[in-house]
Amino acid sequence: MPPLNDPLREGERLLVICNACRYCEGYCAVFPAMERRRVFSDADLKYMANLCHNCSECYYACQYAPPHEYAVNLPRTLAEIRVQSYQQYAWPERLARACQKNWLVAALMLLVGLTAAICGGAALGQGGGILISPGAGQFYRIIPHHVMVGSFGVVSLLVLLVLLAGFVRFWRETGEGFRALLHGKALARGLGDAFTLRYMSSAGAGCTYPNEERSMSRRWFHHLTFYGFVLCFASTSVAAFYSNVLGWAAPYGYLSAPVILGTLGGIGLLIGPAGLLLLKWRRNRETGDPGQSGMDTSFMALLFLVSLTGLLLLALRGTSAMGILLAIHLGAVMALFLTFPYGKFVHGIYRSAALVRNALEHERQGVEAGR
Amino acid sequence: MMENYPSFDVVIAGAGNAALGAALTAAERGARVVVLESSPQEFRGGNSRHTRNFRCMHDAPTNVQTEAYKEDEYFTDLMRVTGGQTNEELARMTIRESPKCFDWMKSQGVRFQPSLSGTLHLGRTNAFFLGGGKALMNSYFAAARKRGITVLYDTEVIGLDIAGGVFRGVTVQQKKGEPFQIKGRALVCAAGGFESNLEWLREAWGPPAENFIVRGTRYNRGKVLKLLLEQGVEQIGDPTQCHAVAVDGRAPQYDGGIVTRLDCVPLGIVVNNRGERFYDEGEDLWPKRYAIWGRMVAEQPDQIAFSIIDSQVIGRFMPSIFPAIRANSIGELAAKLGLPVDAVLATVERYNRSVVPGRFDHNKLDDCRTEGLTPQKSHWALAIDQPPFFGYPLRPGITFTYLAVKVNCKAAVLMQDGRAARNILAAGEIMAGNILGKGYLAGLGMTIGIVFGRIAGEEAARAAAE
Ligand SMILES: Cc1cc2nc3c(=O)[nH]c(=O)nc-3n(C[C@H](O)[C@H](O)[C@H](O)COP(=O)(O)OP(=O)(O)OC[C@H]3O[C@@H](n4cnc5c(N)ncnc54)[C@H](O)[C@@H]3O)c2cc1C
Ligand code: SF4
Ligand code: SF4
Repeated sequence: MPPLNDPLREGERLLVICNACRYCEGYCAVFPAMERRRVFSDADLKYMANLCHNCSECYYACQYAPPHEYAVNLPRTLAEIRVQSYQQYAWPERLARACQKNWLVAALMLLVGLTAAICGGAALGQGGGILISPGAGQFYRIIPHHVMVGSFGVVSLLVLLVLLAGFVRFWRETGEGFRALLHGKALARGLGDAFTLRYMSSAGAGCTYPNEERSMSRRWFHHLTFYGFVLCFASTSVAAFYSNVLGWAAPYGYLSAPVILGTLGGIGLLIGPAGLLLLKWRRNRETGDPGQSGMDTSFMALLFLVSLTGLLLLALRGTSAMGILLAIHLGAVMALFLTFPYGKFVHGIYRSAALVRNALEHERQGVEAGR
Repeated sequence: MMENYPSFDVVIAGAGNAALGAALTAAERGARVVVLESSPQEFRGGNSRHTRNFRCMHDAPTNVQTEAYKEDEYFTDLMRVTGGQTNEELARMTIRESPKCFDWMKSQGVRFQPSLSGTLHLGRTNAFFLGGGKALMNSYFAAARKRGITVLYDTEVIGLDIAGGVFRGVTVQQKKGEPFQIKGRALVCAAGGFESNLEWLREAWGPPAENFIVRGTRYNRGKVLKLLLEQGVEQIGDPTQCHAVAVDGRAPQYDGGIVTRLDCVPLGIVVNNRGERFYDEGEDLWPKRYAIWGRMVAEQPDQIAFSIIDSQVIGRFMPSIFPAIRANSIGELAAKLGLPVDAVLATVERYNRSVVPGRFDHNKLDDCRTEGLTPQKSHWALAIDQPPFFGYPLRPGITFTYLAVKVNCKAAVLMQDGRAARNILAAGEIMAGNILGKGYLAGLGMTIGIVFGRIAGEEAARAAAE
């Protein structure tokens, strides 16, 4: 039973071994999902790969881990399958595959390009105003309001559509109908598991990430990142409401809702991604997919940059640096948005969907057992 | 090397459950401890790394065990499987100590979980290690590191310096270099049985041993056991007694572990390489019969047998890692398995004719049986007539041997003159034969290991301090 090169075939080989063993059953949702099956289709493998959060517990606990001849390394193989699934579900697939080659470079080039474009646009549009302070927080004199709203609106909408397409592809491939999504209990449980990062806590003991000693750090950094992001998003939404509905023009005061939300979120979005990057740097490379590193790193780096430039912009909005900071910040946000469907961001969608599906399967099994 | 490890309070031979139980306990008592493990670090933990649970007494439900499992029931179970070949004093002491070990293991960072799916019948009697035995061992080694215990891998004990029944040191051999001595004030022998030593097995079993598969570690070669016996320590048990199950004939020679077992035996028939049945496949519930089939297959010509089932029962037993050999007729299957076709056809035909109607239920002793067939099949007897048909080759898979050094309830080894050695202790497989004369109770191996390991650690620390 030597290891196989194709991640899907290797995943199948490993799950047959795991299903006969089951010692890791208590670690996460992957194993109970596996036990509901005897054969593992490609769709099953991708679903299970997205149930795995690469905590590595099942690697350290495995009596068949290399150098044993069975060479069981489930975290790594599932990580490889997961990345493949991101590409396959993304639309257009070709773009996803191209991006995957070298993420860090792609994201940074995108950032530089966009910033340059914004600077250029602003310079043309406002007669070279970008380097001259137009007055405290006069953002729209750099980039006209309608340009900002228009471009970000269109991009957001497109991104949302592409993400939705990915979700639909994933869900369809699992063989679940869309009506299943109306199952309130399963939906609540699945999303609850996702938003609380239940499996990252491993019943309070934490995960074997970045290495064998258990720790909660990844869970906290992830919470800071995700909820930081949510707060930033809320801040932007409130600001948009103020300006478009209530007609209150930016800048907003330091104690206003957008600024407080954005500051708190920004701090989370600084510490979170930085912490995750640090953990990633220190992680046991045996159990990860090295090919995925660029994708992970570029996503976290962009998040960090968005937050950093956002906070700097807030602090220095009254100075002459505002114009250039705004351009960089918007460039970073735009780069982040554009890379959403083709980068690490999608893990949130597929993982949540997989957890909902897991909850559904769990419910159905309960119903059957009760019969 | 030699200068770095000249002397310790407590020297521990082996690095499985019993050894680490002793090492951690001795270190808790303040002893300077060295653990000597013949395997490389990746394969540390011997057979213990392959386990999943231990059998634990409890008077009320716990978070991982249901209902209650009290001393008398536990002891009655043990009497039944050993046919009385046990030492009541040691056995009852082991049983009574087991819940304390549960608490102690948790205090060392070991995590438990309710019984695994597919092993619900053990949910009351056994406590399962979260992640299995390797996770258990990882927790022990992490605790050992915190306590400053020295662990030497690739270090085999090849000699014991014992004078007048008193231990003074061990000779060890590392991968490279000359053998050297490590001195100690007490010795804990926790180096397992001799199940991985094919020459020794051959001495006991004769040529059939050639065809045995060793389910666990390749490092339990019985070296320390033999050294003790050579030094005049009293022996207990018969060298052919062991725990052995039927495993898939395609399993590797060593370390195949739990995944090579086959649970389909009671759902079909089992024939030897002459195409004949030889034992009642449905005698009792599988968990109760699991451990007799190793010996049974060992007694067949060429130590091989074949389980034959049909498509009716597929999906009703724990999946195994090797694909079933599949055919559309019994004749074709027999040919694919390399069996005499006519004999197999006749056996299946005779069996099918003897099956009486009943209500099949593989979860209990049902009334599907044969009539007028020898050997009969007492339960789960369904005619094998629904193609496709499936076959699995079976080999004896040896888990561990019972030949042991005799100990007292302080884990001290007893010399042939009946005296207890002052500073030589034994724990685990190497002394399990004191309690297991024959037969087996699931989870008892680890219970004996941890109970005696902890006592040995305590006594070793005491002896070293004297
Ligand atoms: C597949 C499998 C599943 C099992 N499942 C269970 C279960 O669920 N529950 C249960 O109770 N029991 C189970 N058992 C039995 C159980 O493994 C043993 O009873 C138990 O592990 C014995 O522990 P030990 O510490 O005595 O020996 P081991 O854990 O085998 O440790 C012995 C150690 O000694 C080392 N050693 C040997 N010779 C030397 C030497 N000369 N010098 C230095 N070191 C040496 C070995 O490398 C090894 O590390 C199972 C066994 C197998 C094979
Ligand atoms: S990872 Fe290893 S120990 Fe865990 S279930 Fe799979 S085979 Fe068993
Ligand atoms: S790495 Fe963690 S989440 Fe993934 S399968 Fe293993 S235990 Fe489960």
